[in-house]
Amino acid sequence: MSDTPEQKKKSRKPRPRRRLSRQEENRRRFLRAGIVTGAIVAMQPLFSWVSRRFGQLRLRPPGALAGETIFLGACIKCGQCVQVCPVEAIHLADLNDGLGHGAPYIEPRDQACDFSCDALSCILACPTGALSHELGAKEEVSIGIAKLTRPDACRARRGEGFRGFARGEQFRGHLRYKEIDRWVPQPIREYEYDVELCDLCVRECPIGTTALRLEPLPDGGGSTPVVGDACVGCGVCEMICPEEPTCIEIIPSAESAQA
Amino acid sequence: MSLLRDVGVMLGRAPEKPKQKSDMAEILHARKRGKGGVNIARLIEEMAQAKSVHTWRNRRWAVLIGVNLLFTLSFFLDIQILEGSLTASRFLGFHMADIYSSLLVMLAEKHVAVNLVIGTVTVFLLWGLIGGRAFCSWVCPYHLVAEFAEMLHVWLAEKGIVQDHAIHRGVRVVFFVLFALLAFVTGHALFLTVNPIGVLSRALVYGPSLALLWVLLLLVFEVVYSRRAWCRYVCPIGLTYGVLGAAAPVRIRYHLEACAHEGECRKVCEVPHVLDLTIKNRADAAHMDVGPDCTRCGMCVDICPTHSLTFNVKGLDRIL
Repeated sequence: MSDTPEQKKKSRKPRPRRRLSRQEENRRRFLRAGIVTGAIVAMQPLFSWVSRRFGQLRLRPPGALAGETIFLGACIKCGQCVQVCPVEAIHLADLNDGLGHGAPYIEPRDQACDFSCDALSCILACPTGALSHELGAKEEVSIGIAKLTRPDACRARRGEGFRGFARGEQFRGHLRYKEIDRWVPQPIREYEYDVELCDLCVRECPIGTTALRLEPLPDGGGSTPVVGDACVGCGVCEMICPEEPTCIEIIPSAESAQA
Repeated sequence: MSLLRDVGVMLGRAPEKPKQKSDMAEILHARKRGKGGVNIARLIEEMAQAKSVHTWRNRRWAVLIGVNLLFTLSFFLDIQILEGSLTASRFLGFHMADIYSSLLVMLAEKHVAVNLVIGTVTVFLLWGLIGGRAFCSWVCPYHLVAEFAEMLHVWLAEKGIVQDHAIHRGVRVVFFVLFALLAFVTGHALFLTVNPIGVLSRALVYGPSLALLWVLLLLVFEVVYSRRAWCRYVCPIGLTYGVLGAAAPVRIRYHLEACAHEGECRKVCEVPHVLDLTIKNRADAAHMDVGPDCTRCGMCVDICPTHSLTFNVKGLDRIL
């Protein structure tokens, strides 16, 4: 069993690669091009599946074009709206939002859009008009609509007051308290409330009683927050509600339109 | 004519041997065939001993990191110089918008946004003047990370662990059209979801995201399977800037006379087809501008042992 020198030489090298002819190499290049194209195009259905499976119907910044697809298509995902928001209410969605990846949204429980900027800075910052420039005033915004989702937990309905910090001393959200400073939003954790009947959501609503008001319950004792037509879905009520979890939530416009 | 030929090569055609050469080029080529030819073996030996030069690479990295840092700091320190990210931004309040991304958004929305038009025209003029794909190597953050992945790929390839699988370059045109079609038909700009430049740029400004995993996946693909795959075969942003820079004044210029044709430049080039003119007997003139797919990264300028490749601004030599 003695190897000839040639065999030895062969066995030392792992496996000599066959040199492809130009034509073969070209064919492979085309084939790879096809596979890569297929793989990337397949990401369209993959991402729409991801949006359906893991994504949620987001609350979009003021002026967002109606219809999720239209808004996402128009958004260039640059984040300029994020940068101008004085209360940092706007975030960019991650990859788990599928096709919504990179688009802005608001999570009002953490930080609502309180219109501290007055002039709707995010709309002015948007280069594409995905946040429509046709909007001129906060009253015209329609992010969503408030809904009392946990009426039983509502302090006002139980006739209870509220004393203390609305969201505890760790809460990082800001709100424009006009009586303190007209221009600089204040940390909510520094503002102490003391009310006989809890009306925080109504009291802080930037739109006013046409959007949210308290009405006495027929059986006496308590009052209930009632959402009016003027509600723009800014989410201040959701942010300020001292109950955990919140009793009042913003339902996205798209969802409320379907319902 | 040569412009049309160069654009053709950028879109995927294989570079061809020239049918006709200038008299000067013929003389220079002929001279190299004779005894006056360069001893390549000695040249390569000399190169191995010489200290490697990274002048242009270091300048480029400084600019690239500087620009991206300006994005980050504008938001982080609220200095508001360069707001937004690489898809769309404002420089001191002036709109800037990536041309291809803007095109997709307009196709998806079926509406022409004035601010986007202003932004794209600004970018058009800026990069038309500087030199098209210079955006890629001097600004794009993905380019930088892909360079590191490329170093790893080359190192592993030398050890025989990985192998580069070339893909037909024409596929980039297919992607350019396909992403545009998808945006128009579905109303979603899929490209903006998968675009690693946007992902990186946003991560640098707004903080890390899950989407960075996608960028990592691309880099792994480039390391183990196909060298610089995204930049070479997919990126429609790069192609857009390439077309934009077809007639741009800033170029890499090739000088035939001293070239040893040893091919070191093509080994470091991101788009080596543009340097096919450095192959023996290929150049059809004594001085030639490298094609529009060139990213003006200067790697070839740094590595060329005979200084046969230089940065050049068209027309500047005539003015000075």
